[in-house]
Amino acid sequence: MALSNKQKSELVAFANEIRKETLLCIANLGVGHIGGSLSIADILAYLYGKEMKIDPKNPAFDKRDQLVLSKGHSGPALYATLAIKGFFPKEWLLTLNRGGTNLPSHCDRTKTPGIDMTTGSLGQGLSAATGMALANKFLKKRSRVFVIIGDGETQEGQNWEAAMSAAKFKLGNLFAFTDNNKMQIDGKTSDVCKVEDLHAKWTAFGWDVYRVNGHNFNAIDNAVQQAKTVKSKPHMIILDTIKGKGGGKRFENQVSSHNANLTLEEANTIIKEVLNA
Amino acid sequence: MPNELRAAYAKALINEARINDRIVVLEADLMGASGTKAFKNEFPSRLINVGVAEANMVGMAAGLSINGFIPFADTFGTFASRRAFDQFFISGAYAKTNIKLVGTDPGVGAQYNGGTHMPFEDTGMMRLVPELVIVEPSDSVSAGAFVHLLAEHKGCTYMRLHRKGLDDIYDQSASFAIGQAKVLREGDEVVIFAFGAIPVHEALKVADILKDKGINITVVDLLTIKPLDVSTVISYAKKAKYIFTSENNQIQGGVYSLILETLNENNIFKKVNPVGVHDKFGQVGDLEYLKKAYGMDKDSIVEYILKTINK
Repeated sequence: MALSNKQKSELVAFANEIRKETLLCIANLGVGHIGGSLSIADILAYLYGKEMKIDPKNPAFDKRDQLVLSKGHSGPALYATLAIKGFFPKEWLLTLNRGGTNLPSHCDRTKTPGIDMTTGSLGQGLSAATGMALANKFLKKRSRVFVIIGDGETQEGQNWEAAMSAAKFKLGNLFAFTDNNKMQIDGKTSDVCKVEDLHAKWTAFGWDVYRVNGHNFNAIDNAVQQAKTVKSKPHMIILDTIKGKGGGKRFENQVSSHNANLTLEEANTIIKEVLNA
Repeated sequence: MPNELRAAYAKALINEARINDRIVVLEADLMGASGTKAFKNEFPSRLINVGVAEANMVGMAAGLSINGFIPFADTFGTFASRRAFDQFFISGAYAKTNIKLVGTDPGVGAQYNGGTHMPFEDTGMMRLVPELVIVEPSDSVSAGAFVHLLAEHKGCTYMRLHRKGLDDIYDQSASFAIGQAKVLREGDEVVIFAFGAIPVHEALKVADILKDKGINITVVDLLTIKPLDVSTVISYAKKAKYIFTSENNQIQGGVYSLILETLNENNIFKKVNPVGVHDKFGQVGDLEYLKKAYGMDKDSIVEYILKTINK
């Protein structure tokens, strides 16, 4: 069933709030991974706002769905999402990367409620997610494992090792997303080291593959709901996204947004003028 | 009668899996080498063969452990350490998951596979992983016992495993613990702190040869080097006039370094004489050739000790 208008507007508002809190969180410190955080705000809103089975009051409950943010440097967007959902107080967002914080730049399962896997060394999250999904299959649990990788991260060969294993074990409970924002630290992904044709590659590796506009909730929902009907293959949903989406001229579609400086004043201007919040 | 350590490893895994349905084994196309075909025969769905993909094997093991399983992942020690080190370090130890990594054919045990497959550096590399448990059993009895101990331990572990047959040192009734060394011979002036199947067997032969010459040496089988059995090491280091270490890997960063660090931390300022690989790559050869090439064979050690103690 397609998303209702109400659901859609709620997801749009949730994503907007994720972007706002992400910008404030990073601006409070003055520097951070803005571009890749903003490009995944919509998929995080969709997963945590609609699709995933979670309990913010009991983050580790046994029957939960799990998320591995393999592009761990986008932690701030996930922290904003978790804080909005009530996994921990919003004030924690202001502690990002400060000594002793529970919110380090890259996700850490030992520090943050709601973080299911430690990531940051790119290329490792899909293997961990594959292991987690295989465990769920062994245990005959209905819980699903979601994982978000970056398009630049796809250059890490370990992803393709994991891709073969997930297909071998027919992990229909594994839902992967590529945040295909087409940029990485040193430039456009197509210039640094081309990863396309992603659809053809994942298909060739035996996955159930979709490619959608990663900022369109209807498109994301259609792909995810269709994927759920395919039981014997792992799923890859390639999200065509814009790096720095919602960050205005300074950050949208800018390679320099990967890790950038941001003042509170600038953040508030973006929040007001771009996010209308 | 020699007993294969890999057979003991596989048998212990099977026994463990019979009483604990969370035990799984991961392989990267070396099931035949590590002896775990026997495990697959009894638990076909619990033997996860990922193909030649050690990094993914270790990453999947991390994920399996997060969702409740106790994964033993084995491959040649070179690949367990050098190939999958970042995965083991980050997805394993740093993420506080529960991977039981096993590196087979430590040191010269790799024999005809040669320098590409001869882990001389895994001991030093793994020592740098915080909170890790590092063991090397010295015979089939201790190999079996450590499978159970590591399965019970919560946290990442690394076990070096000489696969091939060696005479048993321990009785079946012997008890072991992580962090506990075993004193195999009690002597006077000389102590050898030995780590690993080949060094411990050579040390025992050395003790027999020297005994015939009227020299009684102490042989300590370290078994675990992280955490080290500090009290046993200190106690025997204090008593001894001459301290030797013996290891089947690079001495730099390995057991020689560990014992020096430990003695220094405990204000014992005695010279330590290392047996092991001195900044060299591996090479092909049979076991006897290789032990000799790196000065780890009984005759080289006897000569080294006699020269050191001036007898």
